[in-house]
This record gives sequence, structure tokens and C-alpha cells, in this order.
Amino acid sequence: MLKCSYDALNGIFAKIAENAKLYLPADKDGKTDYTKWAEGVEWSNALNTARSPKDFFFPQVEDLMKFKVEGKSIAIDDIREESEDFVVFGVRACDVRSFDILDRVFLIEPYDSYYASRREHGVIISCACTRPTETCFCKTFGIDCTNPGGDITVWRCEDALYWQANTEKGEKLLGTLGLESADESAVNAQKEQTARIMEKLPLAKLTTEGFGGGKTMELFNKPEWKSLSEACLGCGTCTFVCPTCQCYDVKDFNTGNEIIRYRCWDSCMYSDFTKMAHGNNRLSQVERFRQRFMHKLVYYPENNEGIFGCVGCGRCLAKCPISMNIVKVMKTIGGSAE
Amino acid sequence: MQKITRDILVEKAVSLLENGTVCCVLGWKKGEFDYDVTPALFESKEEIEKDFVYDDFCGANFSKYLVKKTIKAEGKILVFLKPCDTYSFNQLLTEHRFDREKVYAIGIPCEGMADINKIRAIAGDGISEIKCGEKIVVDTIYGDKHEIDAKDVLLERCINCKSKKHVNYDELLGDEGEVIESNRFDEVARLEAMTPDERFAFWQNELSRCIRCNACRDVCPACTCEKCVFDNPKSGVENKAPANEFEEKMFHIIRAFHVAGRCTDCGECSRVCPQHIPLHLLNRKFIKDIDSFYGEYQAGAEVGSRAPLVNYTTNDLEPSEVFEGRGE
Repeated sequence: MLKCSYDALNGIFAKIAENAKLYLPADKDGKTDYTKWAEGVEWSNALNTARSPKDFFFPQVEDLMKFKVEGKSIAIDDIREESEDFVVFGVRACDVRSFDILDRVFLIEPYDSYYASRREHGVIISCACTRPTETCFCKTFGIDCTNPGGDITVWRCEDALYWQANTEKGEKLLGTLGLESADESAVNAQKEQTARIMEKLPLAKLTTEGFGGGKTMELFNKPEWKSLSEACLGCGTCTFVCPTCQCYDVKDFNTGNEIIRYRCWDSCMYSDFTKMAHGNNRLSQVERFRQRFMHKLVYYPENNEGIFGCVGCGRCLAKCPISMNIVKVMKTIGGSAE
Repeated sequence: MQKITRDILVEKAVSLLENGTVCCVLGWKKGEFDYDVTPALFESKEEIEKDFVYDDFCGANFSKYLVKKTIKAEGKILVFLKPCDTYSFNQLLTEHRFDREKVYAIGIPCEGMADINKIRAIAGDGISEIKCGEKIVVDTIYGDKHEIDAKDVLLERCINCKSKKHVNYDELLGDEGEVIESNRFDEVARLEAMTPDERFAFWQNELSRCIRCNACRDVCPACTCEKCVFDNPKSGVENKAPANEFEEKMFHIIRAFHVAGRCTDCGECSRVCPQHIPLHLLNRKFIKDIDSFYGEYQAGAEVGSRAPLVNYTTNDLEPSEVFEGRGE
């Protein structure tokens, strides 16, 4: 384990930024979001960012290709470019897990080269949590917020910032930073303290009991879906702030002299979600609402060795205009204890 | 703190449900925490007694829900309306969006609703309990206790409340209320005083945060089109994401034009925006302009009023006068 003083941190950020673009959570206008580091940008104390870091690998909008039609021939312009190197610093444990969830979608056949290029060129530096909030429930999904993954992990202890590499990529970057070695006692003490706080969280006892692969028939026709979705506005807030929502639409934009084929995030809450030539297979908001939660709690684990498609980051709890969310769904539909 | 208690509303709801006046009740349902209240349709006495709430976190305006809920309801729906909600209610009636006969509306007083983001800014992380009373008392899992004056954490729209008057109801619990003086156009005036470049920079900064979740549109009582052009693949302008920054601005500006003269300034758009964009300022600019060009007009003040933008009188301003009047 290595450490650095907080006074040295700015110099370390500068060193990282010499070779790669560095992004970290910074405060602006009372909100926190990943910001490109430059001299003067301060690392935020906030628990987490408003927007999840999934944009780094799976941006809200991206152009896939262009094509031109001339007479009877179509010229296809492959506009793919290798991603540049970048480092995302200060990612929380929940969001680190979200990358694993996205990998299982984008890095299986058919392999998504757009996503893969960013994954290859991105280094994740995670940060252990010390002050979780009442909307946190990462533990429900087996995530340890005191020990987040990523290529490198940092612990923000009182005396210093502690660093540890978890992957080869992480070793390589950490080796260039010239940090001093340290013993683990401060980190261990912090982990114990945070674990005690985790026990006190109001959602500490939320379990995934009743959900998982093989539960489709049991849960699909539950009458409770109707009342749960009763007030749903059908907006896309939950899906767009979610670090694991991965559905997208592919569309063509006619500029007048060429076609740009792009993809953008889609939301299962929208009326035209997965609409095809035959029409739409989910005509009511109850069906759309159910799709989102069944995907995260049943379909995804069914196809991914029991891993759930939610990381308990709590963004949807904080942002839903009508305050309906996955916790309320789990408590109503599943067998979770109070 | 609300002047009327939850118990009075519960008693009223249960009695109207039990004597058959209404078949269901549109009200606020207790959440997981003390602040995450959800709109709900209650169908039984047990549900109401267990989960109905009315406190400083009942901001949701139910008027728009009536458009869809009244179609399916087999009797009257009881709806509780705060003063500002009654303006949306009237505007929807003006636009023939629901059947008034299928609604039993009870006007309830409102002392202003709390903004959980403002409370969180004071209390910090880990809110374990919030008690609404003379003071809002917040406890956290970290052992902190904060006593907050409700006036300090009001939603923006409540700080600038335009009216405590109920403009439509079948029954009142409390006073009818009065239209009140507000400073709601101050921020618009501040933007008007900017240079065009400064104003552009202001909106550029605000709207650049938009994630195009459509929450503003979907909550808006003036946005009740069966199929929004932006959701209709056949419209040619359908999109789920901004193709570029300019297009994002266009979405909000087009929406503001579309609701101009019909927006009652209920403030739901800004309340629900997950990115805290002050969208209400676009609408207020239109309201302010309509007031100054055509005389004071409040959408939803009465059912059936003709909004200046869809009306013609011989005294109407000429476009050139409007243009010359700019910047004064």
C-alpha cells in the first residue's frame, strides 16, 4: 500500500494529466459531476456525482457511422477512432460494479467495439466510501463500499490518501506517481468504522430475497405492479441517472447530403421503446414500468450467473419526480424484510 | 408546517369513500423515508388510514393525473388540491381535458412545500428522520440534529407563491384564500437586464446539463398531448437525445412556446428536474410579456377564459410595437 499527503495531491493529478485526460468529481453550482481536471479543479467531498460515470464508456449520444447514397451505390464511412487514454478518479464502489454489469452486455458477442475501445483506454481509480447516505444500498447486492474495485483504489483517511493497485493497468500508472509506501492500519480502521455506519443505514436490511433468475413466472403477473406504476410519469429520469441502464436506440440523421447513424440512450419508460415494424410490445405504462425492474432483478441475473442489474447507488431514489423506485418495488413485490 | 393535518384529510377521504360519493382518492402516499412522498390512488379505507400523508413534502400537483384517471374511473375521484393546483385544474377544464363531473375536488390550504435538496444542503448526508412542525427537525445517522425554519427551505415556487386562493373546488377545508403579491418576476427582470451574450451564456450553462429525460414535459399539466411530437417517430422531429447542444435548447424553448398562455406557473417543471435547471424562468418570461403586452392575464384563474395569444381584440398591440417595446 502507498500513500500521499493531501498537499501533494494536486501535483499527482498534474502528473496523471500529463499522459492522459483526468476526470474527477468536482462541485459546480451546488452540484457534483465528473469534470476534466485542470489546475484549479478541486476534488469534491460529495458522496457521489449527479450523473453516473457510465458516460465515459457508453455516452448518451455517439455517432456510429456515416453513409452517402449516390445513385445506386452507398459509400460507408467508418468513423470509428481508437479512444484516447483517460483516467477516471474517485469512482465509488457502486459505480465500479456498474462497469462489470455493462461489460457483460457490451463485451460479449456481438462485441461492441465502440465501448471496448473506451474500456481498454480508461483507467478507473476508485475511492472507498466513508459517509454513506440513507439512499445507499450497495450492500444488498454484495458490494463492499469500503473496498471498491477498479484498477486502483484510494482510501481518504484523515492523515493521508492511501493508494493500492488492483490490476496490471493500475500497477503501471501507480508506479509512475512516486508515492511513499505505507502500512495499512489507518485504512483498516477506516474500513471498520464505515462498516459500522453501513449497519445503521435505513436500507441495511434490504435483501434480494424473492428475486433472481428463474423468478419470471412468479413475479411477472403480480397484481402489485399496477399500484406501483400508478403514478409513474413515464419520463426517463430513473433510466438516465442509472449507472447500469444500458438500453439504446440506433437512429439515422439525414443532414441533407449524408446520413449519420448514431445511437443514444433509450428508456424502457418511453412509449416508443423497442418499437418495430409490428408495433410496440409494451402498450401500457404498467408493462413498461415492470420491464425496468424485471430486467434488473430477474432477467439480468438469469443471464449473468445471478448478478443483479442494480448496484444500490440510490440515484433513482433521489431523482424520481414521483419518488417511486427500486427499493419500493423490492419491498412490495419481494420478500424483503423491513 | 401545514395548517391542516393529515388526520382531517384522512377522515374526510374515508367518509366520502364510505358514503359512496367517490370511488377512489388521489392523494399522497408515505414513502420509504420521511420525504419521498408518492402520488397514489387509494381505493380502500385501510390503505388511506395506513399510508395517506399530508405534510411539507406533498408538492406533487394531481391535476394532470385526472386526465387519465377519470377515463377509467367508475365513479367520482376525490382529489385534494392546493391553491396552485386549482389553477392547473381550471386550465385543464378550459382545454376540455377531463370530465368535471367525474371529480370531487377538495381545496386544502398550503403553507408552502419544502425542498429536500435545500434541507440536504443544511443537514448533510444520512438523513434518518424528518419531523415537520413549527420547525423542520432533521436527524441523521451520524448523530447530527438540525432545527430548520421551514421558510428557509421552501421550494422556489413557494417562495414566490402567486396565490393562496382556491379557484375551483366542490368543498373547502380551510379558507378560500387570496391572490397574493409575489416577486416571481424579479429573476426574469434580472435576466432581461443582461446583455444578449450574458443571457445566452446563462441559458447555455443551465441547459447544457439537460439529460433529456422529459420529466419536465411529463409532469407539466399544460403538456397533455396524446402523443408528443418528440415521441412520435412519424413526426420527423422525434428524438431521444440531443443531436447537439443547440437542439437541446430548442427542445425547452419550443416547449415554452407551446405552453405559453396556458402555463399557470405551477412550477412542477423545475421541481422535478433532476438536473436542477430553472425551467420555470422560460415560462415566466412569457407570462411577464403577455401581462405587459396584453394586460394582466393569469391562466387557470377561471374556466373558459380566452388567453390573449388565442384571442383577438382591436386593441391588440401591433408586432412592431412589441418589437419597439423591447429593452425598455
